Amino acid sequence: MGFISNLINGISLGSVYAIIALGYTMVYGIAKMLNFAHGDVIMVGGYICFIAMNNLGLPPLVAVLLSIVGCTCLGIVVERLAYKPLRGAPSLAVLITAIGVSYFLQNMALLVWGADPKAFRSVLDLPSIKLFDGQLTVSPISIVTVLACVAIMVGLTLFTTRTKMGKAMRACSEDKGAAQLMGINVDTTISMVFAIGSGLAAIAGVLLCSTYPTLMPTTGSLPGIKAFTAAVIGGIGSIPGAALGGIMLGIIEIFAKAYIGTQLADAIVFAVLIVVLLIRPAGLLGKETREKV
Amino acid sequence: MMKRFKGMDKASRDTLITYALIIVAYAIMQALLSLHAISSSMVGLLVPICAYISLSISLNLVVGISGELSLGHAGFMSVGAFTGLVAAQVLAPAIPFGPLRLLVSMVIAGIFAAVAGVLVGIPVMRLQGDYLAIVTLAFGEIIKNLLNNLYVGYDGALHFSMKDVASLGMNGGKVLINGPQGAVGITELSTFTAGFLLVLFTLFVVTNLVNSRSGRAIMAVRDNRIAAESVGIDTTKYRLMAFVVAAALAGMAGALYAMNFSSIVPKKFDFNTSILILVFVVLGGMGNIRGGIIAAALLTILPEKLRFIGDYRMLIYAIVLIAVMLFSNNEQVRMAVDSMKSRFARMRDDDVIDDAAEGGEA
Repeated sequence: MGFISNLINGISLGSVYAIIALGYTMVYGIAKMLNFAHGDVIMVGGYICFIAMNNLGLPPLVAVLLSIVGCTCLGIVVERLAYKPLRGAPSLAVLITAIGVSYFLQNMALLVWGADPKAFRSVLDLPSIKLFDGQLTVSPISIVTVLACVAIMVGLTLFTTRTKMGKAMRACSEDKGAAQLMGINVDTTISMVFAIGSGLAAIAGVLLCSTYPTLMPTTGSLPGIKAFTAAVIGGIGSIPGAALGGIMLGIIEIFAKAYIGTQLADAIVFAVLIVVLLIRPAGLLGKETREKV
Repeated sequence: MMKRFKGMDKASRDTLITYALIIVAYAIMQALLSLHAISSSMVGLLVPICAYISLSISLNLVVGISGELSLGHAGFMSVGAFTGLVAAQVLAPAIPFGPLRLLVSMVIAGIFAAVAGVLVGIPVMRLQGDYLAIVTLAFGEIIKNLLNNLYVGYDGALHFSMKDVASLGMNGGKVLINGPQGAVGITELSTFTAGFLLVLFTLFVVTNLVNSRSGRAIMAVRDNRIAAESVGIDTTKYRLMAFVVAAALAGMAGALYAMNFSSIVPKKFDFNTSILILVFVVLGGMGNIRGGIIAAALLTILPEKLRFIGDYRMLIYAIVLIAVMLFSNNEQVRMAVDSMKSRFARMRDDDVIDDAAEGGEA
């Protein structure tokens, strides 16, 4: 039973990573930038939800919606102020700016909400489900997490293939210049991607904090880096790749924690990334681009 | 003398200016130290500044000269720091003279970091661009995690364990590295002069490498890998060379850094430290070694000087970082600055013309 319970926890954690990784992968696909501030948007999402539930006494669903709206706005503002002026700048400059934004968000959170960890109350107030005479307990939040991940995946796939905006996104990620010539507003499209990515980060933040209920200004950084690793394992720029990489990573992490040791789990997660990249340099589902001379 | 200086090519003149800058800075700091004119918090920063300057120079070799984005430089610093600490403890009876022991420990630290650099570098060099950056980040995290689980004891012989202190199986002796608690009771061997000499050594190694046949090969690979390959340059060899030399120098800086404190934890050398060093390199201007040195010194002092504003300090640091990046890279801002410059130039020209006109009338 231990195995199954670990597997369920792994898939649940993996679903959170997958949701975060989607944000990374979409932003990378369109803006070709490593958005290191993405992890901190998760943390902001968690705090907004926490404040809405505990200080304003709003029902959980409203709190989650508020958190999504808040993070979406944050994503758009950050993109407009910090990343848009750097279109066409060297990628390292954009990377350092993203790191600056990450420090900014962390320290802003530290000033506004303080350094002491907050005990996050789960957004779902339901008892755990007991199966097989109580040998296997499944927390409702893991089920909701997995369902949310599946729903988001399906929704995003439909959005990118069926809607005009989604097609514009794919066009921009393939060739910005050509997309612009076809009458696509590249700036709006990029803002849209940041908005969706940040909204997803808010959902991930709420789900993550509901499962692991400590909220600190640095809560988002490690899950952010791991989700980023997941996006790269799956093939950065690929939406199914992000989901695959995320779930793989979640399962590996939980199993490593259970059978090898808590301390070494992170090292194993990163070792998997290295092995995958050595075998498939563009990630599992990434497109291999042939170099032209 | 002056004539010879002017007759030199630009690269060697630049290098000489950098040496002069470091030596003058060292002389001024020594003078201030002997006059007790600097605060104790600044005195405590002197060795870290030297370590960060060395790290900035060595990372510049990878990021600026070789053109590979490395996000795991602190990993090599950490390998050097802990091997250096162990070496210094083990060598204590054999070499009672502190500075010599520091030197030997730093050399050992450099060798171990170089070995780590080769081990990390061989797989890393198969990748390119952002993927390479991610893998260096992953290696940095792996090194941190492994050191977090490493226990080393010394009782006449070295004992290693990846589990806990009890499984070291020691007969008395001393625990040198205690897992996540790191190393405690370090003999503080590092001095400002040692740091100064390390900076000079790092600068010497890097500038000589850059201005050599190998250095030109490294830069050729950076500028156009395919073209370099087609003229017979072994790209992997030269990329790896830059990576390993930088790792060795980072290891030495790590040993110097660690032996400045009475205790140090593996967590100190995390992703944020790697980023900190990268920020020095980027703010100083990639490939511009002097810029990196100045950025390292300023950005180590700045947070200390901003201590009076308390919690706002890191917030301001973040804003400064973003602002500098926006101002130095934004097309519009750059155009505005350029037009301002040309306007100034025109105003000066106008003055000259006016002067000339007035002169003509008189």
